[in-house]
Amino acid sequence: MSYIRPVFRHPELAKNAIGYSRKDYEGAISTLCAGCGHDSISGAIVQACYEMSIEPHKIAKVSGIGCSSKTPTYFLGNSHGFNSVHGRMPSVTTGAYMANRDLKYIGISGDGDTASIGMGQFVHAIRRNLNMMYIVMNNGCYGLTKGQESATADKGSLTKSGSETKYPGIDLVGLALELNATFVARSFSGDKTQLIPLIKAAMSHPGFALLDVLSPCVTFNNNKGSTKSYTYIRDYIEATGTVDFVPKEEEITVEYEEGKSTSVQLHDGSTIKLSKLNPNWNPTDKLSAFNRVQEAKMKGEVLTGLIYIDPESQDLHDVMGTVQTPLNTLREDQLNPGMEALERINQSFR
Amino acid sequence: MNHIVNDMVVRFANVNGTGSASANNLFAKAVFRMGIPVSPKNIFPSNIQGLPTWFEIRINDKGYLGRRDGIDLLVAVNPQSFDKDVKSVRSGGYLVYDSTKKLHAEQIREDINYIGIPMMRLCMEHYQNPRQQQLFKNIVYVGALATLLDMEIEVIENMIKEQFKNKQKLIPSNIQALELGINYVKEHYELLPYRLERRDMVGDHILIEGNAATALGCVYGGATVAAWYPITPSTSVALSFDKFAHQLRMDSDTNKKKFAIVQAEDELAAIGMVIGASWNGARAFTSTSGPGVSLMNEFIGLAYYAEIPVVLINVQRGGPSTGMPTRTQQADVLSSAYASHGDTKHVLLFPSTPAECFELTADAFDLADRLQTPIIVMSDLDLGMNVHMSPPLKWDDNRKYDLGKVLNRQELDELEHFGRYRDVDNDGIGYRTVPGTHPKKGSFFTRGTSRDEDAKYTEDGDTYVRVVNRILKKWDTAKDLVPGPEFSSKNDHPNGIIYFGTTNYAAMEAVELLEAKGIKVDAMRIKAFPFNQEVEDFINQHERLFVIEQNRDAQMRAVFMNELDTNPQKLVPILNYDGMPITANNIFNQISQLIPVSV
Repeated sequence: MSYIRPVFRHPELAKNAIGYSRKDYEGAISTLCAGCGHDSISGAIVQACYEMSIEPHKIAKVSGIGCSSKTPTYFLGNSHGFNSVHGRMPSVTTGAYMANRDLKYIGISGDGDTASIGMGQFVHAIRRNLNMMYIVMNNGCYGLTKGQESATADKGSLTKSGSETKYPGIDLVGLALELNATFVARSFSGDKTQLIPLIKAAMSHPGFALLDVLSPCVTFNNNKGSTKSYTYIRDYIEATGTVDFVPKEEEITVEYEEGKSTSVQLHDGSTIKLSKLNPNWNPTDKLSAFNRVQEAKMKGEVLTGLIYIDPESQDLHDVMGTVQTPLNTLREDQLNPGMEALERINQSFR
Repeated sequence: MNHIVNDMVVRFANVNGTGSASANNLFAKAVFRMGIPVSPKNIFPSNIQGLPTWFEIRINDKGYLGRRDGIDLLVAVNPQSFDKDVKSVRSGGYLVYDSTKKLHAEQIREDINYIGIPMMRLCMEHYQNPRQQQLFKNIVYVGALATLLDMEIEVIENMIKEQFKNKQKLIPSNIQALELGINYVKEHYELLPYRLERRDMVGDHILIEGNAATALGCVYGGATVAAWYPITPSTSVALSFDKFAHQLRMDSDTNKKKFAIVQAEDELAAIGMVIGASWNGARAFTSTSGPGVSLMNEFIGLAYYAEIPVVLINVQRGGPSTGMPTRTQQADVLSSAYASHGDTKHVLLFPSTPAECFELTADAFDLADRLQTPIIVMSDLDLGMNVHMSPPLKWDDNRKYDLGKVLNRQELDELEHFGRYRDVDNDGIGYRTVPGTHPKKGSFFTRGTSRDEDAKYTEDGDTYVRVVNRILKKWDTAKDLVPGPEFSSKNDHPNGIIYFGTTNYAAMEAVELLEAKGIKVDAMRIKAFPFNQEVEDFINQHERLFVIEQNRDAQMRAVFMNELDTNPQKLVPILNYDGMPITANNIFNQISQLIPVSV
């Protein structure tokens, strides 16, 4: 277990805009290994949701199977959660979103759950631009079955026992871009200053938001020679820039150097403000994103930040032409055409 | 000469993709509109164009709708299957063929009658366009056949006018083709001894495919989310749902859909979406066939164990593997009843007519919500893809959906402690909550791993046993909620027959065939699994039971053996698994060999 939380809470904990304290967004105590990157991501989700003042019960958490997929127990304890079957979180989330378009959906998956057994569903959730935040807690190995290499492990990376990964790793960010994902970001579990605003931006995006979060496995893949270890990532990390998420109501207060910043307005009125390390970099330009991703790959860099966003992303329900009212609230008076209509149908079959 | 009136089997032998299906349906429906019961069956290949396809219509004014052996009248217009088709006509029967080309000597049988109509020549003479020549050939034989059988031609003419009411200019050419056939027969042939005469045996019945009725059951049952993957023979369930939902479920103010249909990437995703939607409080369904159910197994187990409503329509086809995708079987009884690993069993419903497809599908949504478990509607290709004469579909406008035990915000407020899997009412069914209901109460974690009554993860053996035993208690509750059996004859005879689904038609006719030979049997039709007490009593009260089913391994018999305390020797399998619907004669022959005639 990674930490023990004190039972006592100060009665005057700070509250967010809708009167909830941070503890209203916390979950059960984690049973993952001490130092696991996943716990930091859970913490970042708690912080982001608290700061965004989303009512906890208006969020649904869905996951697959694996260490990553256990984490929804460890955050947002007042939200419904669904730990489904291995690799099938996207389909469960798709159905859930069809039923209720008013909730926010956090999908938690791992590199095995996404890049191997769940590749089919991952790809099709992107294709439909399903309105969800899809976090891959990416550690390049199968933790829960004790350290087998996963499909995102880089070629040449060494496992704990010293064997070398023989096949090239699947780059989920590059794949998502190719599939026309409308929000593609990568981050590092050890970089909360980047991760929290990215989570906020992803949760505000009206479409599929991929957050590929490198999250080292302290027990099975934190060894020398592994490209998913804390040391390696810290040495090779390269950010596209820093990200600030500014909700609709708030003014942009951070000052950015002229020519080095850009802002993206989201449909709900909030803004993502980016300071760019490279003045030629444009996160709404697909080609620029492709190039930057390839460039980083060739240099062996771990490229992080908001890599691509399509500000014109269209909600799946709008594409499908469904009513605004969540379908799960409709009852017989709105759904049942009645006997008169049925008799007309009978007549058409005579 | 004695005429045989309103009792015949007519078969059409065609090439797939030549437009024959609509012509054949035109003929079948015209018979139906003359008040005579019909039962058309499409015997088609897994192919879009080019392979042989047959359409067989049983016409019988006593109302027997099962298949019957022996073809009285064959319209053979497929050169590829012609030689085989000639052999299929019963001795003394009639063969209508295209006499544009002469028959070979080996195609001539002495014991059948040949009626040559130069269909192609007539079409070549009257139509320029090759596609028209091919299409109208079908209408020519409909006209010829109708005349040979002395049908009311205006019934067919009216149907053509109805069919093309939005494409008026196609009407004259179709009527002309019909007349080409009519006139040729009038000039060259006498009427056949087979006749079709108007009757009043159809009443208010409708002629509808089971899959269309199932789809309407989904609309009326309140389904708002459908997820599916194309597979024969279930595809038309989803397509019909789409069609009817567009007619019946558009919001009148905004013209937006009060339904969502997702064509999923595979069957695994399809059922995953249904589970996600149901978990979130919508009524959802998927439709598939055997191979799809195989793929869905893991998710079916999750829904069973995590107790999430699912409506799954299984339109069965010939298995195993890809099997016979365009032929019918009832071979998924075991794989559906016990789908998934671990200890699981699932509620099955067995419709036998389109009206029951409608009714049982709508009921399936109530049962799924009430029991919080998968409900599998066991249709089959014969029922789903063929049109059947069926009682009209009925809906009680006072009926309310039974959404089962779902707590709302106010109920949660009043509740001291919420435990998702607590058996508060002692019926094995807990109370569930839907995400988004209450800011502070009622959230829980749904999982496929073992958990306690409060939905908390546990690997404690005692808790696990308590939970799975409680789920089994729900099974007992289900026994009295599912539809009970139907008895068409219950007279304390020592022998009984048991049947379910589409064997219904042939079984009921077989009972009468047996009775005519002095063999009396009682008869019970199973409409659902689990079996209620009436099913058990019927089995206990009979010395010997013939279990009629369309699979090799007597699967329903195996379920009886597994679930009931019955001597397996009492249960005699009566099987047919060649992919064609079982015939009454087949049942009669198998049973009569086993029971000495007592008269």
